[in-house]
Amino acid sequence: MNTPAPKVPVQPFSPEDLARRKRRAAAMAIGLGLLVVLFFVTTLIKLGSGIMERTM
Amino acid sequence: MTAVPHEVSSDTLTTPMGGQGSLEDYLALLKPRVMSLVVFSGVVGLVAAPGHVHPWLGFIAILCIAIGAGASGALNMWYDADIDAVMKRTASRPVPRGAILPGEALGFGLALAIGSVLVLGLLVNLLSAALLAFTIFFYVVIYTMWLKRWTPQNIVIGGAAGAFPPMVAWAAATGSIDAGSIALFLLIFFWTPPHFWALALFREGDYAKAGVPMLPNVAGRPETKKQILIYSALLLPVTALPLLTGTAGMIYAVGAVAMTLNFLVHACRVFKASTREAEDKLAKKLFGYSIVWLFAVLTLLLVEHSFNLPLFKALI
Repeated sequence: MNTPAPKVPVQPFSPEDLARRKRRAAAMAIGLGLLVVLFFVTTLIKLGSGIMERTM
Repeated sequence: MTAVPHEVSSDTLTTPMGGQGSLEDYLALLKPRVMSLVVFSGVVGLVAAPGHVHPWLGFIAILCIAIGAGASGALNMWYDADIDAVMKRTASRPVPRGAILPGEALGFGLALAIGSVLVLGLLVNLLSAALLAFTIFFYVVIYTMWLKRWTPQNIVIGGAAGAFPPMVAWAAATGSIDAGSIALFLLIFFWTPPHFWALALFREGDYAKAGVPMLPNVAGRPETKKQILIYSALLLPVTALPLLTGTAGMIYAVGAVAMTLNFLVHACRVFKASTREAEDKLAKKLFGYSIVWLFAVLTLLLVEHSFNLPLFKALI
């Protein structure tokens, strides 16, 4: 006779785990956004005022 | 044939799943207190360097140095999790506590290390990026993986890793390695042994339990006290080096010499202590004073060079 499989919770992560994951994901998103700003501003600074004087 | 459940809960798993660490745990991996010292010494290196660096590029250099230092801390915690679990001071770190898996710490550390070196190289200059890469390599491979578990001189040679940040910042500002940046390097390099051996004296049991060959549990407490005194005495001529290289002036000269003489007095007291209780008490005092000493000496350099900053010149 086959015994039914033990019932296991559907959710492998607790709500606390998911909340932590969400905070980590948000921190990574902010970090990546800041990296974009870092490269953008540095590009403007390195180009200097010459950026406005180029020939079109 | 028995049915296999499609979903599993964390209760049914025999191996940890990972992904449990909070932001605070990841922040702890970066060793924020060590990072604050690295950032401060980096700022001093940047300000003390001759010439002018754009404030934005200076900010990027310090940011990359801070992230590189944090990456070193994370990689150190990945490799040293076994030692950390045994020592009282480090047992609550995220990896031995089980909040972050060793593999997660390794991935986090590597990503930050590679990222910080790449950004510094792309946005500032290649020399500073190469120095930062070498600093991370030195701390993780030479100190953590090799020297720390092998020789009681671990702190002396490994101290170089903590001494590189002002040199990295100096290279970011000037694109070169000069006598001035080497003087700053030596200042922190010679400060490290008495600082850590003072800690090792009153934490001797911890290091012995973890099997880390620190000087007190390998060469004995009298030898450690002697070595503390020798390195503290060596700190006096080393403190004068920024004066000889023209990196520092009179404000630094007066303050740093007085602070270093007081350092020597603290080291003498530890050397003369006859009982274990007195040794521990005075070693704790020396450890605390050594932190104050480094911040004070670097602050003196910072104050002196702040007079040359364009903002200050505009105000006077």
